Amino acid sequence: MEFNYNLEGGNFSRAGAASSEVKKLLKQLNVSPALIKRIVIALYEAEVNVVAHAYEGVMNVVFDNQTIRVKITDKGPGIPDIGLAMQEGYSTASPKVREMGFGAGMGLPNMKKNCDSLSIESQVGVGTTVTMITHLQ
Amino acid sequence: MKKDAFYHALKVVSTACTGCTHCMHVCPTSAIRIKHGKAVIDEAACTDCGMCLKSCPQHAIIVAQDDFAEILRFPFRVILLPTVFIGQFGEDITEEQIFAELHNLGFDYVIEVDKATGLLLEGTKRYMAEHPEQRPFISNFCPAIVRLIQVRFPSLIPHIIRLKQAMDITAAYVRKKYIDLGIPEKDIGVFYVTQCAAKIAAIKCPVGEERSSVDGVINMDFIYNKLRLSLNQHKGEPVREIPEQYHLPPQALRWTQSGGEAANYEGRCLAIDEIHNVIDILEKIENDELGDIDFLELRACDHSCAGGALTTNNRFLTLERLKKRGEYYIAHHLSSVNKMPRYADFLSRQMQLNGEILPRPIEKLDEDLTVALQKMEKIARIMKVLPQVDCGACGAPTCQILAHDIVQGKAKLSQCIFMQKILTQEGALTPEESLAMSAEIWGDEKFENIEQI
Repeated sequence: MEFNYNLEGGNFSRAGAASSEVKKLLKQLNVSPALIKRIVIALYEAEVNVVAHAYEGVMNVVFDNQTIRVKITDKGPGIPDIGLAMQEGYSTASPKVREMGFGAGMGLPNMKKNCDSLSIESQVGVGTTVTMITHLQ
Repeated sequence: MKKDAFYHALKVVSTACTGCTHCMHVCPTSAIRIKHGKAVIDEAACTDCGMCLKSCPQHAIIVAQDDFAEILRFPFRVILLPTVFIGQFGEDITEEQIFAELHNLGFDYVIEVDKATGLLLEGTKRYMAEHPEQRPFISNFCPAIVRLIQVRFPSLIPHIIRLKQAMDITAAYVRKKYIDLGIPEKDIGVFYVTQCAAKIAAIKCPVGEERSSVDGVINMDFIYNKLRLSLNQHKGEPVREIPEQYHLPPQALRWTQSGGEAANYEGRCLAIDEIHNVIDILEKIENDELGDIDFLELRACDHSCAGGALTTNNRFLTLERLKKRGEYYIAHHLSSVNKMPRYADFLSRQMQLNGEILPRPIEKLDEDLTVALQKMEKIARIMKVLPQVDCGACGAPTCQILAHDIVQGKAKLSQCIFMQKILTQEGALTPEESLAMSAEIWGDEKFENIEQI
């Protein structure tokens, strides 16, 4: 079962919409509330990252009997040093983005904490692909 | 009193219902379908918020109440009022007149439940200090919101404050007070005047509590009419003096209004009213989008209890009356004669609710993940053929919900009138069969008046 959601860079008013849609699906699948919470927190962080940093992106969600696999692919500036970006508090967000309450430098660490496995591939000047896998049971 | 598993106060009067779909489209939990031309409420999904009642042009949705005559069985009768009750009357009718007429109607003691808000406020502050792990705290003031969280946001149940509300504290207080004065407990009948269906449901089937301290409920519109009539009959007569007459301070008057709780606590406190606004905020809380919230006051009705389904006065006029009442209190340097603090220890000890608030998720497609996934795939396939105009002609509020009902075996794809036209053209359905299908949803009479054109 596969779902795709388009993400629009810079449109903060819609940030969180895709995560909310996935949350509805997880509720339909009778996933435990605590697990839904983890997954949605990770998705929301990823979604906001695309909105805050990239030009556009797609959230691809695939369910099977055991797992939810989410791949967020964006066209954007890319991450030059993934190791640095994974450190809590490190942020490249502009002052404008921070004023909106985003960009505290907790995004990637928070995503890692709230999924079973996280992988990031990025090419500077092209874009970033984040894949998160979480077991549903 | 009989306690149903999931008691609901909202009932459809099928003789009055025309199946117009207004209620079906406003229900925040999609609990309503049309069958045989009548609205049918799914008890598992209903939160008793009252949106259906407010939207019904035929007044076909009512709030079931206890038989008023039952009240007279109790030798000592207490009537509990929410503060918005006084707000139902214009300024030409004084609080003294209202209290006196309630005595004339057969009540022995009149008290507004918001007298207990002082104790409740102290209790809530203590509770918050003792349970920091529950932050953000969600108020359990509005029973419709507690039920909404149970069915749509079960992950937020641990945040709900577990304390008795003003109505139950006041009921316990009155009971104790008169037992101490020598009246046998079985002789005391405590009745609450309710502004909404949710409070009734909370009394008949309390969440997280063994039983309510309230014996029965009286619908606000019902007692309002009785009182108006009585006032007319006693016009010009001197107003009887009532010993328990008192004044309420502005803090207590504001409690049931929007912001009335949130104003009292430290930190970032939000006050949200109207159930769709509440759903919007709960979605954000569930996503962890709002980081540092300390307290959420959530009310199902627009303008909180002043907008309750059983109120008779315009909600803005209700608030105006209550505001003036508060201003009068300040201008005349009144003080509240509140004897409840004498029982503070007794009432505080039993304020904590110990029962569980159970999750009752309505969105799950199946207990089993594999089966749920299969059903989800089926819904996606069905959605590709449905017109997605959400016309409601199938008897469900949206195409998505019809698809949901189909996979659960509660509806058929051919209920969709677009599908029926296609199937008829393809010869898979005769025009008679198509008509019979529509008649099953909308009732035969909707298809019998064609000759009258």
